[in-house]
Amino acid sequence: MEFLNPVLDGFGVVLVPQNLLYCLMGVVIGMLIGVLPGLGPAATIAILLPLTYGIEPVTAIIMLAGIFYGAQYGGTITSVLLRLPGEASSVVTVFDGYVLAKQGRAGTALGIAAIGSFIGGTVAIIGLTFLAPLVASFALDFGPPEYTALALVGILLVSTISGGTKIKALIAAAVGLLLATVGRDVFTGAERFTFGNLSLADGIDFVPIAMGLFGVGEILYNLEERHRAASAPAKVANVWPSRKDLRQSSGAIARGSVLGFFLGILPGGGATISSMVSYAVEKKRAKRPERFGKGAVEGVAGPETANNAAATSSFIPLLTLGIPANATMAIIFGALLIQGVTPGPQLISEDPELFWGVVNSMYIGNILLLIMSIPLVGLFVKILRVRGAILAPITALITILGAFTIRNSMFDVLLVVLFGALGYLMKKFGFEPGPLVLAFVLGELLESNLRRSLLVLEGDVSGFFTRPITAVLLAIFVLVAVGPMIQSALAKRQQRQNARVSADS
Amino acid sequence: MNRKRDDQAHTAPTDFESAIDLPDLTPEELAAEWAADAAPPSGAIANLAASLVAAGVGVAGMLIALGLGLGTPGQPRPGTWPFIISLIIAVLALAQLVIGRRGGVDGEKFSPLSRMAGFGFVTLLGMVWLMPVIGFEIPALLLCFIWMKFLGGETWRAATLYSVLVVVAFYAIFILGLGTSIPHLL
Repeated sequence: MEFLNPVLDGFGVVLVPQNLLYCLMGVVIGMLIGVLPGLGPAATIAILLPLTYGIEPVTAIIMLAGIFYGAQYGGTITSVLLRLPGEASSVVTVFDGYVLAKQGRAGTALGIAAIGSFIGGTVAIIGLTFLAPLVASFALDFGPPEYTALALVGILLVSTISGGTKIKALIAAAVGLLLATVGRDVFTGAERFTFGNLSLADGIDFVPIAMGLFGVGEILYNLEERHRAASAPAKVANVWPSRKDLRQSSGAIARGSVLGFFLGILPGGGATISSMVSYAVEKKRAKRPERFGKGAVEGVAGPETANNAAATSSFIPLLTLGIPANATMAIIFGALLIQGVTPGPQLISEDPELFWGVVNSMYIGNILLLIMSIPLVGLFVKILRVRGAILAPITALITILGAFTIRNSMFDVLLVVLFGALGYLMKKFGFEPGPLVLAFVLGELLESNLRRSLLVLEGDVSGFFTRPITAVLLAIFVLVAVGPMIQSALAKRQQRQNARVSADS
Repeated sequence: MNRKRDDQAHTAPTDFESAIDLPDLTPEELAAEWAADAAPPSGAIANLAASLVAAGVGVAGMLIALGLGLGTPGQPRPGTWPFIISLIIAVLALAQLVIGRRGGVDGEKFSPLSRMAGFGFVTLLGMVWLMPVIGFEIPALLLCFIWMKFLGGETWRAATLYSVLVVVAFYAIFILGLGTSIPHLL
């Protein structure tokens, strides 16, 4: 149990009153912004990034954990009350959550979601505590070729699993990689794509891209979309779920925790898939499956537990390999880099205090979420009843002024607005912003490792395939890249054949 | 007390069912309703435009990368990596051009309401332009007012009142409370 010592030491750091206070603020503000219709966790965290500036790293990270959990729960609130899922992973929550709300039991749905999220999250953090050191020690031997392959697979998986057209998602990812090359080349010092602009010489900062694409992009999109928004129910009673509800959901919560933990480790839509699988499992196991979709508490408890467990276990690839598994993790990755923390296999051995500080802050964030969510439900309902027309400029101002405070730079604010327009247009034209941000974050790592590998391998590209880990990763890459194409080609052929058969008959 | 009410909800669902103004929808019906609510996909012309823009980005990237020097796999130069990515962008864009030529299911058609997003973007640009010149208060007030009155359809009175309140609150938080160096008049 010796390895547990640094874990316990980490708690000492986290439990300092000042850190707890920042975590509490993170949870509350994360929920407040996350509850705004149309702003999912990625957008919420992006908009709130400036808050974590200017405080010392450990405190900032703890606050970030609070914002992360608050933002996740914010999406649940809008799912239940407005039938507007904040992100794909809370879509299934709508099925029973909204019906419960319509029955006047929104509080039950939100309460059980909070409890499930807490249990799922905690189980996942415990799993992470034991699994992360293992993965990290395995990854310590990774050299530049392995990292190149890993980054490629990560970007590809996130691009292909996200909704929408795969080619468009891949184009977005490639544009992200291209944006990452703007600025001085780390190897030679040559300026690339700066067009003589001094502000671009140091490269484009990650924060304006994330705040623009996710934050302003969503705000602009909502300006047009708001007119068909639903209205929140007038009052929410029964905030605390009854014993009967708890008993009914306990199995769903237990299954959701385990399911979410394992599915969340996979890159791509871990949280989304796990919430859907959990819903399907609960419906199948139920004695009266017809209750599902008509206000079954387990239909909220299971998926909400699973998506929070998955959101938490997706920290494993981030913290041990330095590869974010989804867009939200990409933003957390960027935020950690800003704090001087480079997630990767070395982090756990070189800076155990910081590593366990990050992990333990999740416990705290999770607990504070549980404590704060239930009493604050009434407040959220009030916020949701404020007209969108009044909320929109407030969110816009938070983003604009927040962006300025990062480096006191108007150029950053301009970038945020410009990337906001890009984010809006991408959405309209069917391009996912997630892969772009993820690829942008990984761009530098990918390029420098690729160039280092090529130097090591003396330009012999086949050298990638003679290293076992790299070969396996690249095989996965090829499978993921080419597999769906073959599948869809086969499906089309089948369709054509079927059409011919039916035409003949 | 709460718990008691809750248990009643279980035993006597009929009282509540009558209070539901929306019909109970199964997940499938809900998904269908969402699909019907959603804006139509962006269509063939949008695909053409987006693919051409992406291809243009790819070609421009390739040309600039050529100027930076391509190098060889053994000796990569600053242009090597950007060239590879730009090439990928160009190739994928052309593939999308062909595959999506009949439109597709993704994206959203622009509607008359899309002007609002454009208008919002212009006001944000205006704010970026004015903020360093006259401080954030007046631009923020104008932004709030325009967004509330013209983009949000609030009444003159509500828009004025809430705009002033919002700017006062932001001034209190960012200038007085946090002491940030956001350019301000007062």
